[in-house]
Amino acid sequence: MRTIITAEGITKTFDLGEVKVRALRGVDLDIHNGDFVAIMGHSGSGKSTFMNIIGCLDLPSEGMVFIDGEDISKLDKNQLADIRNKQIGFVFQSYNLLPRTTAMENVELPLLYNGNFSASERRALAKEALEKVGLGDRLEHLTNQLSGGQQQRVAIARALVNDPVVILADEPTGNLDTRTSFEIMHIFQELNEQGKTIMLVTHEPDIAEMTKRNIVFKDGRVVEDLTIKNPVNAKKELEKMPPEKDVITQTA
Amino acid sequence: MKFINLFKIALKALRKNVFRTFLTMLGIIIGVASVITMLAIGQGSKDSIEGSISDLGSNLVMVLPGSSDKGGVSLGLGTSKPLDTKAVKDIAANCPSVKWVSPVSGDKAQLVAGSNNWLADVVGGNEDYVNIRSWKIHSGRNFTKVEERRAAKVCLLGKTVVEELFGTYSNPIGKTIRINYVPFKIIGLLEGKGADIMGDDQDDVVIAPFTTVQRRLLGSTKVQMIFASAYSNEVSETAKKEIEAILLKSLRVKKEDEVFSIATMEELTKTLTSASKTLVILLASIAAISLLVGGIGIMNIMYVTVKERTREVGLRMAVGAKGRDILLQFLTEATFISFVGGTIGVLLGMVAAMIFGEYVDDWEIVITPFSILLAFGCSFLVGVFFGWYPARKAANLIPIEALRYE
Repeated sequence: MRTIITAEGITKTFDLGEVKVRALRGVDLDIHNGDFVAIMGHSGSGKSTFMNIIGCLDLPSEGMVFIDGEDISKLDKNQLADIRNKQIGFVFQSYNLLPRTTAMENVELPLLYNGNFSASERRALAKEALEKVGLGDRLEHLTNQLSGGQQQRVAIARALVNDPVVILADEPTGNLDTRTSFEIMHIFQELNEQGKTIMLVTHEPDIAEMTKRNIVFKDGRVVEDLTIKNPVNAKKELEKMPPEKDVITQTA
Repeated sequence: MKFINLFKIALKALRKNVFRTFLTMLGIIIGVASVITMLAIGQGSKDSIEGSISDLGSNLVMVLPGSSDKGGVSLGLGTSKPLDTKAVKDIAANCPSVKWVSPVSGDKAQLVAGSNNWLADVVGGNEDYVNIRSWKIHSGRNFTKVEERRAAKVCLLGKTVVEELFGTYSNPIGKTIRINYVPFKIIGLLEGKGADIMGDDQDDVVIAPFTTVQRRLLGSTKVQMIFASAYSNEVSETAKKEIEAILLKSLRVKKEDEVFSIATMEELTKTLTSASKTLVILLASIAAISLLVGGIGIMNIMYVTVKERTREVGLRMAVGAKGRDILLQFLTEATFISFVGGTIGVLLGMVAAMIFGEYVDDWEIVITPFSILLAFGCSFLVGVFFGWYPARKAANLIPIEALRYE
């Protein structure tokens, strides 16, 4: 299988004036095409820092990161922006959608910065992406009119729309209840079946069980890397759950 | 990113805070409007001063007698009478830059017509005097060279004199008036000129042939002043030099004695326009300051906007926006505010200037394309200039820090 992300000896030190925090202390990792990876670990284990570096949002202090064969540690700011735009789709815990803007416009956003698409092409691609995440009937809804799960699905559509080599999701289910979390995981599983490489950060073991590979971080190092032989199917779990109404009364 | 998309994003962001956008714009609107109004008022005053100067006569060169000094007692300007008609002839014959030249003498005299009487200036000049002073003949005719030579008792009346002696809507041509008991036939009426720059009524005048005035009214062979007209404004300085040289020869005097002095309109214009220029500059600086304050308003708002939208900047960067895209986005917003503000300001300023012109008597309003271009250009530059720094700040944010900004 083709390797699409390679991390070699990644370290990251945050200089907070008096204290230096060593968030990553040498991480080596290969992510292959078609992988579905959950990165786990306690708070402060360095998993989010690692994701940010892979996502070109932050630069490593030492080490090299190859995305699709290209060493990103040698790129300048504009080239990194290009990588983020074309190779990576990022999903955040807090959705990070533009407020008071329609779902369509949010999903079109990465295409706006691409420059290769006309307005009609952008609309067509954004519509397709939203349909993939099951929001085909809410294209023109403003983001503040959508529920948390729907907002996160808009964010996933936004990550998908540029057809990136990898989707990175930093605790995508962190703000969602169990049912909605499983719905989101169902979407990720579907996308993975269609061939998308997905990496997500999570605290929750039941979310991690729905992926194909679990990597555990501790104190800035990878301590465990195991393959899940039979991932839990999110759709089946959803079917097992009691009807939605009961869930609401329980959580309320 | 294409400009149209940038523009859409900027417009959208501004629409979210309509009231704030309007207030920011207001600073620019007031600034630009005041630039337009102040320049219109200032330019108007400059033009009206220049207009009243050229009213005195086109390209006028005046020769005035100097002060006389009798036995050590200085008697002041105009007390000596060194000029004579020979000097006038010499100037006419020998100065190529001089178009017309005329001796000028005159005095206040009592005018009587029927049962009315009136005290006015009676000025004697030759047939070219009206041309030199750029007087227009309203009706009737000017006197001729022959009449001047024969000392004919004919005269032209100024508008005020006509009104005082004959009433406003009368035509006294052909009638006779007495000037200091000497009867003169009225052959022409002068068009009204209004007040001169000193505020004196220029129409309160009677013009008669020089020889007539000299012999019948003054009883003197001397010439009080010499008025000449240069061919154009450009050669008026040359004309001045030529006249000076001729006069020194003709009168057999030395320059150091300061027997006469020569003044050109250009010198007078310079003095007066420098005063009005000061006014224009003063008004324009006040306006410029208000425009500057408007610009600082934009900068302030752009700072707040960048701070408020730090997370948005982070997100845009995370999905692939380059620093340049972010810079242009905020710059477009700032420029849009100043551009629209500038447009409204130009219109408002023109309206304000017109209202001013309507309600303030005798004050011309001049709106030049230059002042519009200036105000517009300034407001545009203010937008770019004051938008640049905050926009630069946003563009230089590090994506992950911007995303985490609370």
